[in-house]
Amino acid sequence: MTEILERRSAITGLGQSAIGRNLERTNLDLTLEAVLAAIEDAGLARADIDGLATFPGGALNARDAGRYASAGVRDVQDALRLELGWSHGGAEGPAPLGAVVAACLAIASGLARHVVVWRTVTESSQQGSGSRAEVAHAAGLGNARVDGYRQWSIPFGAGSSANLLALYTQAHFDRYGTTREQLAQIALTDRANAADNPRAVFREPLSLDEYLGARMISTPLCLFDCDLPVDGATAVVVSHVDAAPDARRPAAHVHAVGTAMRGRPSWDQFDDLTTMAARDAAAHLWSRSDLTTADVDLAQLYDGFSFLALAWLEALGFCEPGTGGEFVEGGKRIARDGDVPLNTCGGQLSAGRLHGFGLLHEACLQLRGDSGDRQLDAPQTAVVANGGGPVAGCMLLTRGTP
Amino acid sequence: MSTDAPTRPLPALTPETEFFWTSGVDGRLRFLRCGDCYSYVHPPAPVCPQCASRSVAPEPVTGRGTVATFTVNHQDWGLMDPPYVIAIVELVEQPGLRLTTNLVNVEAGAVAGGMAVQVCFEQVDDVWFPLFEPAT
Repeated sequence: MTEILERRSAITGLGQSAIGRNLERTNLDLTLEAVLAAIEDAGLARADIDGLATFPGGALNARDAGRYASAGVRDVQDALRLELGWSHGGAEGPAPLGAVVAACLAIASGLARHVVVWRTVTESSQQGSGSRAEVAHAAGLGNARVDGYRQWSIPFGAGSSANLLALYTQAHFDRYGTTREQLAQIALTDRANAADNPRAVFREPLSLDEYLGARMISTPLCLFDCDLPVDGATAVVVSHVDAAPDARRPAAHVHAVGTAMRGRPSWDQFDDLTTMAARDAAAHLWSRSDLTTADVDLAQLYDGFSFLALAWLEALGFCEPGTGGEFVEGGKRIARDGDVPLNTCGGQLSAGRLHGFGLLHEACLQLRGDSGDRQLDAPQTAVVANGGGPVAGCMLLTRGTP
Repeated sequence: MSTDAPTRPLPALTPETEFFWTSGVDGRLRFLRCGDCYSYVHPPAPVCPQCASRSVAPEPVTGRGTVATFTVNHQDWGLMDPPYVIAIVELVEQPGLRLTTNLVNVEAGAVAGGMAVQVCFEQVDDVWFPLFEPAT
């Protein structure tokens, strides 16, 4: 077998800023809080850091900035006066996890030894007025017309990812008989887990009746199927595996990544409207490992919308295509004491939309044994998945050994 | 249900896309089609993705298709007045020849995956939006 070069990397440090709604702090401020915490957590000094990577980078065009803006590599390098051998910021890749994958490859090739990777969001502040400004902004309302790929959806009122995900969810419902009661289990499981996460934003219990009675956003997705915009930053230190024993806490070793992008990378042209790019990224992941789903002790699956987590369960092979509804029915299999403990921090639906990095952070915490009241019993292997629709990336992380 | 809200955002008309957005001026829907292998190409692109030929040109289609999937949007995104039906329609001409659109002249509750639909157009300024209604 080809050498799996990402296996030369391990996540040695974790940091998070304050997380909450309308924190009224700048993106860079939140980013630096998380970055410095991660460096400290790894037992490193600023001088040890020779690489930076982030999604989506700081150079996105103004149209995207409202929603995706993040402190860029240059901002962080300058603020901390780092001396870097390598850096990377970019949005076109295997979802936000692409920044971690880039860091692994830089480490494998010797371009860097300790890379700080972050994702920062200020979506809560951006949306504070409730105006969903990013949609109107993306539509160019009030000035320019819509061009690029958005012209194929926004003029038809499909301005939000909620609409695009709803189209996929309905296709799954139609083809496989998946129900809202089944889908609800993603949101209910997240909420149950959030109760034991002091950093989660929504921690009060959520019942099936409340879910079913919630207002519709875009059928069949209701309010509780949509994640929660927050402000916050998450950072991890990715180090060469040789340095992992020096970390203060047990490192999460990168065992394999899945980054495939096949089919057509757009919402309405993807070949199968019940699967998404997750299907191919997941297949790619398993092609780079001898582990199987039976080895996985916990799953941190992207839940920007509830259906995405269900689609990832199918894509990763925890259940057959089309049977995700059945698999999660009743919630037992995906509970913390179930076969596939899912989104143990509360996921993005309840803990807040940290754009996938919150899930990565939680996977590492669990592997380290640092998850507090929600800690699983000595997990050894975690799968983390990011993305929806035409973008997807996933990773297998292991404790102790690559 | 009507979707003629005045706020429907307009696409930019570029040399590559103008034919599509103005096709409805004569009541016909058009897609790019390859002159060598006869595949339809959408969204418009300078080469045929099947055979890489550059002889792609707009060609009228029947405007008939089926609903591949749909959603009834209830949230106000500042784009159009909710509720409205968004659908992905697949044209009869070629598997996978699809576009996102709105279903009109149909009650939201009557929409179902697989239903037969036909194109109709809504003109706003210099754009003829291809929308779909139940096939007759």
